[in-house]
Amino acid sequence: MSIDESTAAKVARLARIRVEEEALPALAAEFSAILGFIEQLNEVDVEGVEPMVSVTPMRLKRRPDVVTDGNMADRILANAPDAREGFFAVPKVVE
Amino acid sequence: MSELNELGLAEARDLLRKGEVTSVELTEACLQAIEAADALNAFVHKTPEIALERARAADERLRAGDAPAMCGLPIGIKDLFCTRGVPSQAASRILEGFRPEYESTVTDQLQQAGAVMLGKLNMDEFAMGSSNETSVYGNAVSPWRRGNDDTALTPGGSSGGSAAAVAADLCLAATGTDTGGSIRQPAAFTGIVGLKPTYGRCSRWGIVAFASSLDQAGPMTKTVRDAAIMLTAMAGPDPKDSTSAEIEVPDFEAALTGDIRGRKIGIPKEYRMEGMPAEIEALWAKGAEMLRDAGAEIVDISLPHTKYALPAYYVIAPAEASSNLARYDGVRYGHRAKLAEGDGITEMYEKTRAEGFGAEVQRRVMIGTYVLSAGFYDAYYNRARRVRTLIKRDFEAVFAEGIDAILTPATPSAAFALGEMAQADPVQMYLNDVFTVTVNLAGLPGISVPAGLDGHGLPLGLQLIGRPWEEGELLNTAQVLESAAGFVAKPARWW
Repeated sequence: MSIDESTAAKVARLARIRVEEEALPALAAEFSAILGFIEQLNEVDVEGVEPMVSVTPMRLKRRPDVVTDGNMADRILANAPDAREGFFAVPKVVE
Repeated sequence: MSELNELGLAEARDLLRKGEVTSVELTEACLQAIEAADALNAFVHKTPEIALERARAADERLRAGDAPAMCGLPIGIKDLFCTRGVPSQAASRILEGFRPEYESTVTDQLQQAGAVMLGKLNMDEFAMGSSNETSVYGNAVSPWRRGNDDTALTPGGSSGGSAAAVAADLCLAATGTDTGGSIRQPAAFTGIVGLKPTYGRCSRWGIVAFASSLDQAGPMTKTVRDAAIMLTAMAGPDPKDSTSAEIEVPDFEAALTGDIRGRKIGIPKEYRMEGMPAEIEALWAKGAEMLRDAGAEIVDISLPHTKYALPAYYVIAPAEASSNLARYDGVRYGHRAKLAEGDGITEMYEKTRAEGFGAEVQRRVMIGTYVLSAGFYDAYYNRARRVRTLIKRDFEAVFAEGIDAILTPATPSAAFALGEMAQADPVQMYLNDVFTVTVNLAGLPGISVPAGLDGHGLPLGLQLIGRPWEEGELLNTAQVLESAAGFVAKPARWW
């Protein structure tokens, strides 16, 4: 399947990655090449085959729903590009 | 005695225990080798103070007769592992300046076992690559060259820094991670041993996630015995990783009996690829012969869906990556783009991710986004997961017929030159993983063993694939292959 520039732009937007207008044709061509490679999968008869959920047959482990950790706001914020008064700071979200 | 940094884990351990060397001596020898090897660009964050402090503590424990399994052994850690207070960037600009407040379970266990961390090792960005060329630090360089030709070669990827460091004797061993071949391909390219354990054997907690259903950490070492020692220290259930298996970890070194009589080794016909170099075909046949000579039975087998493993992988891995890498939003850690007047939160995300992610990572995140998007989820993602089920069934069928291990080439070629693939389309690079990626999709253990040299004097590896949870048997077979192949070549020092 061939990907056009508007699809490439849409995917970039969904992925929250800024792609400049002039980079879109090359990006679309790369996507088309990769998806062309992936399309070999259409040759496989998958009728009645379950999609794999877990590679090892296992039930996901459960733990008691209790607090085991906490009270370390300063450590959690230690790597933030912008932290203020005990919070992560971001540009204005609501007007 | 050879230089101390040239030792493997087992040899160094035995000398430490006999009191013939100290951990500080071993560590200093490695630190000196590292200082003299900047041309390899393998160690990207050096931690000599931490190393010497841990070495001194190890020497004390050795003196007190209270030495755990890897006490005093200096190793390198792939940059993908979070290490407390030490940069852990996954070779990405987006994690610039990130110093974790915590330690990954695997590196914590290695530390508990007494291992000494020398620093962090180069890799492809977020482990996405097969040549180490997607790294924000610039590529690592293989210590190997084609005879007298000084063309710089790739150490492979994504664990390229780990492979270069072990092959050049900058450390005794290193950690790697393997999502589609990232331990085994670089190990094969650099003439070392690389083991990807069964999915769930090692905790993924604290390892920067790429594709969570495929990622596994494993050892990269100079010998099979060393891989057994290191896996024993790395493995085990972890309450912090719900996919880590509640299965007891045996002493893998004790499994190295050298006896493989009666074991059935499968040779899958689908791995005989068109255009495969004759040298690799010959090495593969020789490997089978060596195992037969050791008493194993060689059986032709078929894994019919092999051809579809790479395309399935290039749906599943990017899909999981797009989801895992959504966390890099410029809010909680790492890089945030400088914003223009009036930019809102969406611009912050988009600019941060455009600046922070390299081209290959962007490509895979977007492919993943596409295959998961409304209208394509079934056609791509669900179909790939169905094919994955079939690939796993292929292996289950041969194991049910009594096959104990499968022998294949590790890579379709020897190491290529850095920059050689720059003009190729991305799919050409993906083909590097053609023999290794099936193992990740099926969750199996696989090991690459150095088995010979090509016509240019470059290492070639063979891969053994084992039954789930039977790394012990796999290591035993690998050691038989290792001794029969008698690979002793080392890169001639030019750096």
